[in-house]
Amino acid sequence: MKFFPLVWAGLKRKKLRTVLTFLSIFVAFLLFAFLGAIKEALGGGVSMAGLDRLIVRHKVSLIQTLPESYKARIQGVAGVAAVSHQTWFGGIYQDPKNFFPNMPVEPELFLAMFPEFLVKDAEKQAWLNTRTGAIVGRTTADRFEWKIGDRIPLQAPIWGPPAGQTQWEFEIVGIYDGAKKGTDTSQFFFRYDYFEEARQREKGQVGWYTVRIANPDQAAAVAAKIDEEFANSPYETKTEPEGAFAQGFAQQIGDIASIVMAVVGAVFFTILLVAGNTMAQSVRERTEELGVLKALGFSNFLVLVLVLLESCSIAILGGCGGLGTAWLVISSGNPVPGLLPVFYLPADSLVAGVLLAVALGLVAGVLPAWQAMRLRIAEALRRGG
Amino acid sequence: MSRLTQTFAVALFNLRSLPERKAAAFTAAIGIAGVVGVLVGVLAIAEGFRRAMTVSGAPDVAVVLRSGADSEMTSGLDRDATRTIGDAPGVARNAGGPLTSAELFVIINLPKRSTGTDANVPLRGVGQGAFQVRGNIQIVAGRRFETGRNEVIVGAGAARAFAGLDVGKQIKVGQNLWDVVGVFTANGGLAESEIWADAAVLQPAYHRNDTFQAVYVRLTSAAAFQEFKDNLTTNPKLNVRVVRLSDFYAEQSTAVTKFITTIGVFIASLMALGALFGALNTMYSAVAGRTREIATLRALGFGSGPVVVSVLVESVLLSVLGGVIGAAAAYFLFDGYRTSTINWQTFSQVTFAFRVAPGLLGRAICFATGIGLVGGLLPAIRAARLPIATGLRES
Repeated sequence: MKFFPLVWAGLKRKKLRTVLTFLSIFVAFLLFAFLGAIKEALGGGVSMAGLDRLIVRHKVSLIQTLPESYKARIQGVAGVAAVSHQTWFGGIYQDPKNFFPNMPVEPELFLAMFPEFLVKDAEKQAWLNTRTGAIVGRTTADRFEWKIGDRIPLQAPIWGPPAGQTQWEFEIVGIYDGAKKGTDTSQFFFRYDYFEEARQREKGQVGWYTVRIANPDQAAAVAAKIDEEFANSPYETKTEPEGAFAQGFAQQIGDIASIVMAVVGAVFFTILLVAGNTMAQSVRERTEELGVLKALGFSNFLVLVLVLLESCSIAILGGCGGLGTAWLVISSGNPVPGLLPVFYLPADSLVAGVLLAVALGLVAGVLPAWQAMRLRIAEALRRGG
Repeated sequence: MSRLTQTFAVALFNLRSLPERKAAAFTAAIGIAGVVGVLVGVLAIAEGFRRAMTVSGAPDVAVVLRSGADSEMTSGLDRDATRTIGDAPGVARNAGGPLTSAELFVIINLPKRSTGTDANVPLRGVGQGAFQVRGNIQIVAGRRFETGRNEVIVGAGAARAFAGLDVGKQIKVGQNLWDVVGVFTANGGLAESEIWADAAVLQPAYHRNDTFQAVYVRLTSAAAFQEFKDNLTTNPKLNVRVVRLSDFYAEQSTAVTKFITTIGVFIASLMALGALFGALNTMYSAVAGRTREIATLRALGFGSGPVVVSVLVESVLLSVLGGVIGAAAAYFLFDGYRTSTINWQTFSQVTFAFRVAPGLLGRAICFATGIGLVGGLLPAIRAARLPIATGLRES
C-alpha cells in the first residue's frame, strides 16, 4: 500500500492522457454491458425456460390453432403431470405501436404451470372472482401507468369484437412480478372462459399447450408420445421442450443478431487496443524515471509490479466504471419496452466484463513492465539524454 | 507571407512529419475505421431490409384488408366482399374482368438451409389476377402453378433460404403434399420471400371455407386510388381498410427497420465517443511531441491560426483515412450479403440482402470527419496557445 503514491504519481504525470484513456476504456465497457443486455433480450428467454415444461403446437405453424379438447387427451398421456393452454389474442391497446403480448388462459392451471409469475393471493382470488379480470406484468403496467381497477379496452383484429360489444374490455385485478430478473413481465393475461364465451370465431380452439412432465429426463419420450397421440388427425402437433421452442423462436431473427454482435465485439477490442497502446506508450516514455527507481534500490520485481499496478488500476477503474454505469442505467428501467420484453444485465456478462478489464490492464502493462524489469540502470539513465 | 500560404506551408510541413508518428496515427485511424465500419454495417442491414420490403410497392396497386387489421395475418374478407371490391371504380380491367387477386396468407414451418432450425415461411394463396396485379413477377425456373392443383411456386429468396424448396421436390404441409414447380423473382421485392399457391386449393387445405385475407387490386392509375378508397370505405356493406401497396409495405417494415436503426445508432454513438477519446489522445500526444517544433515555427513568425489549421488538417486527414478504411471494409464484407430475419409484424421470414448504399458511405465518411474535427480542435488550440519561450525550452 505504501507504493500507492508512486502509482498515483505515475497516473498524474500526464493527467489529460490518463483521463482520456480512462474515458475510452469506460465507454468500451459501457458498450460491452449494453451488448450483454441486448444479447440476453434477443435470446428470447432461453435461459428462463423450465426444464420440465414442453410446448405443444400445431405441426404446420404456431398460428394454426388446436382443439381445446386436446387438453384432456394430453393429460392422459403417461408422464404428463399438468397441462395448460394459451391463445394468441393480438389485442391492440389504442395503437399498434403499444404492442404487448396478451393471451387468454385458465387462471388456476396457468399460475400453477408458471410459478415464475408472482401474484399476490388476494389478487389471484380477485381474478378468480372477476370474469373480465386480467393480470398484467410489472413492465407493461409501468409502461402505461395502469393500476388495479383500471379498465383496459383492447381491439382484437384477429377475433373481432366480443358478442354484443364494440371492443373488448378487461379490468386489471392484479399486477404480477417476475420471480427472477429475466422473467418476462410484459405480458397481459385474461380469462379463457370469458374469451370462449364472447369470441365469435374459432370457438373451442386454443393456440398452444404447455405441459409439465413428471420427470424432466423423459422430455423427449413424452414429447414423442404426445405427437403420436395426434398423428394423422386434422390437427397434428409438434411437441418440444420449452427451451428448444424459445431457442427456435430466437433463431428466427437469424444471423443478423450474431453479425452485429461479432462486428461490435471486434470494435470493442479495437478500442481496447487503442487504449492499451496508449497505456504502454506512457510507460515507455518513462524509461529514465524507472532507471532512477532502480538506482535507488527498487528490485526488478518491484518495478514490474509497479508498472503493472499502474496499467491495471486505470483499466479496472475504467472498466468497472463503465460496467457500473451501464448497470445503473439498465436497472433503472427498460428504455424500449415495446422492442425488448426483458432488459437486464446478466451476472455472467458482468463477471466477464470485470475479467476483461483485468486482462486489459495486464496485457497492456506486461510488455513495458517486462522491459522495465530487464532495464539496465546505466542504459536507462543514458537514454534520457 | 500571406496567411494562406503560411497555413499551407505549416500544414504541409506537419504532414511530412507524420511518418515519424505513424504508430500513434495508425491506431487513431483504426479506431475510427472500426466505428465507421459498424455504423455502415448496421445501417446496411436496416437499409437492405427496408429495401426488400418496399422496393416492389407500386403506387398504382392497392391492398384491401378488414378494417382494424394491421397486417394480412389479422385480416379476413368473405367472397361477397371480394366481389364488391372488384366492381369498385378505379379498378383496372382487361378482357377477363377486373384485375384483382383475392389472397390467403398463412405461415408454414420450414427448416432454414443455414441452420436447419424451423422458420416461419409465408405461404400465399393467390387468385388468377395476381401476376397481372403485381406486374413484376418473373418465372426464372420451371413454370407457373396450374389452377386447381397442389402446386406451388417459390420466391427466389425463399428458395435460397429454406430447405426443400427446389423445383421438382415436394413439400408436406399438414396432410397435404405440394409439388414445387417453379421459382420466381419479384424485382427484389417482398414476394421473393414467399411461397405461392392457388388460393382455391389452399382454402380447403386450411379449413378456411370461402374466406380470404386480403384483396390486391391494380388501379387504372395511381391517381385513381382516392376514388377507389372512398368508394369502398363509404360502402355500408363493407368494413374495410384500403391502403396503397407502397404504404402498406412501408408500414410493415417500420418496426424492424426502426429497431435495427435505433440499436445501430445507439451502439455507433457510444463507439464514436470511444473513438473520439482515442483521437483526442493521439492528437494531444502529437502536439506534445512537436512542442519545440511548433514553438520554433511561432518564433519564426508563423501565426497561431495556421498552427491550429495544421493540427486540424492532420486530425481530419487521419479520420477520413480511417473512415474510408472502415467504409470500404464494411462494403466488401457486407454489401450483398444474403440472409433472412423474422418480421414480427407479419410473423414471417423476410429474405433480403445487406445493402451498403453510396449515400450511406458518404454519410459515414462525414461522420468520421466530424470525429476528426472535434478530436483535433482542442489539441490544436493548445498548440496555438503554447508560450513560445517555454516551448523552445522543452526537451
